[in-house]
Amino acid sequence: MAGEPPLVRASGLHVHFPMRSQMPFRRSVTEVVRAVDGVDLHVRRGETLGLVGESGCGKSTLGQALVRLIDPSAGTVEFDGVDTATLSASALRSLRRRMAVIFQDPFASLDPRRTVGDTIGEPLAIHGLHRGRRRRRARIGELMEVVGLDPDHRGRYPHEFSGGQRQRVGIARALAGEPEFVVCDEPIASLDVSVQAQVMNLLVRLQRDFGLTYLFVSHDLAAVRQVADRVAVMYLGRIVEIGAAPSVVDDPQHPYTEALVSAVPAPSPRKERARDRIVLGGDIPSPAAPPSGCRFRTRCPKVFDPCPHYDPVLQPVGGDDALGGDDAVGGDTGDADAAQGHQAACHLHGVRG
Amino acid sequence: MRDEALDALPVEGKHRSRWVETLLLLGRNPMALVSGAVLFALVVVAVFGAAVAPYGYNEQFAGGQLEAPSGQHWFGTDEFGRDVFSRVLFGAEVSLRVGLVAVGISLVAGVLMGLLAGYFGRWLDDVLMRFSDMLFAFPAMLMAIAILAILGPGENNAMIAIGIVYTPIFARVTRASVLSVREEIYIRASRASGAGNTRVLARHVLPNVSAPIIVQTTVSLAFAILSEAALSFVGLGTQPPDPSWGRMLSEGRGFIEQAWWMALFPGLAIFVTVLAFNVLGDALRDVLDPRQRSALSGKGGGA
Repeated sequence: MAGEPPLVRASGLHVHFPMRSQMPFRRSVTEVVRAVDGVDLHVRRGETLGLVGESGCGKSTLGQALVRLIDPSAGTVEFDGVDTATLSASALRSLRRRMAVIFQDPFASLDPRRTVGDTIGEPLAIHGLHRGRRRRRARIGELMEVVGLDPDHRGRYPHEFSGGQRQRVGIARALAGEPEFVVCDEPIASLDVSVQAQVMNLLVRLQRDFGLTYLFVSHDLAAVRQVADRVAVMYLGRIVEIGAAPSVVDDPQHPYTEALVSAVPAPSPRKERARDRIVLGGDIPSPAAPPSGCRFRTRCPKVFDPCPHYDPVLQPVGGDDALGGDDAVGGDTGDADAAQGHQAACHLHGVRG
Repeated sequence: MRDEALDALPVEGKHRSRWVETLLLLGRNPMALVSGAVLFALVVVAVFGAAVAPYGYNEQFAGGQLEAPSGQHWFGTDEFGRDVFSRVLFGAEVSLRVGLVAVGISLVAGVLMGLLAGYFGRWLDDVLMRFSDMLFAFPAMLMAIAILAILGPGENNAMIAIGIVYTPIFARVTRASVLSVREEIYIRASRASGAGNTRVLARHVLPNVSAPIIVQTTVSLAFAILSEAALSFVGLGTQPPDPSWGRMLSEGRGFIEQAWWMALFPGLAIFVTVLAFNVLGDALRDVLDPRQRSALSGKGGGA
């Protein structure tokens, strides 16, 4: 299992958005928003990698950069061992059949002027799949059935559907090209609570039936804990903690993850009352001017001497010595193995920068 | 075996039915129906004007100058004793043709410019839109006259000149809408599926920016007919003795106190045509919008 190469791998990935002045012909760059600022990440074939973080931390940008919807400013993205930056336009297009995106807002992600049948069939038309009118029609109907929609509604327009149904249309479109890798960009965040579980179960079932690999972007740690095999926690353009889902959620090693975990409501009133909440002060700093050293230090309850001076890197953490003050990480690699490669970028686990 | 199952599926032409549905919905709107009928009648007159008109457009009645409307001359006669009714009928052809061709030119050129500038942005946006600003900076008439000074006077050149003069308006209207539509998530979703720029522009951007363009088209048709009138007035458009509504209107202006009918009837013709285009354009815009469409057909849509 460990020997198999990952399906998607990002190395040193940066996505910067230059803000330009509006002067015609002289659009000088005034500042640079560092949405993704140095991320190394891989997604293994068949797994679900959860990506969590606050709004504006760059998690959606990272997701879209992995499928090359956004071009990286630096670093590489490899899909199935191929560097996507080196591909020709036509090769990239055929690669797009193998990856798909499910977007957050089902009201914005469907073209209001096209029928849902046309929308679901678009990947088929682009990649020349299921040629012929009848075949394509049958395939569209099949896709609609798979996601729990009535194929007879293929001629309807998006505004004639509810939010949950529209998200199913978005999922059917994503499945149309029979992709291997699907970025689920907050797929349930804008749905009614009653519908969230249905769509979630649908996504889980589809993964099982079609052997999909998911990047599940969400700010809902509870949802991620439920579906993800591994979890990556993102803060201000960086991955600050990554590891097996139970390990990260039940035994968070980074103060930011601790705060996120503490914000998840407990399932019983007694536990809920006993729960210690860590409430972070302030807002996420501007990604155009991240703080020196550790990016989280401005809001970290455990900030200490080295934080403003050294930028922490991801390093293995022990499975049980939660937040010990020991500087040395120690040579206990066997321990890190036990925590399934649980890593955190925090000086509490040894100052490394 | 699989193909048998496929053959069993009904395969009614979805595209055909969509067009028919559009027309049927349009027919439900009485205003659209009336304006459609008016425009149809105008086209018939424009094509068969010679057969419908009671007299020739250049036929003079000696001693019958500046006669008030009567049973013989419904719209009266002008200063040369020509039948105004017949001249209005003949003028329909010129005015419609100039309006449609000139607006057609600016529609195609302007929408193309706006689509490219708005969608691709960067230097292409700068080049196209500054060029369009340049055209826009001159007063419309002055620009048209300048173009006709180069091309030479005449009806065809007048159409080209008017087409060029109205291009920047279409470019601006289109670009403004494209700027907002290109940021829509469904555009990104289409690109994620592998759609290229051509497909995105034709299938997603253009349909979603069509509403303001349709409205602009109907407004511009009116202005184009009036511009042709103005150009003819200064002698650069339709050459006398050929009739055009604009020309008749401006000539009748000089006789407004002695013969009000000379200016009134061509003016009414312009008014009715422009109104019909506007009403039909509005109805078309509503019917082409799926959200409006289900409200119109009473299918009932969600929020």
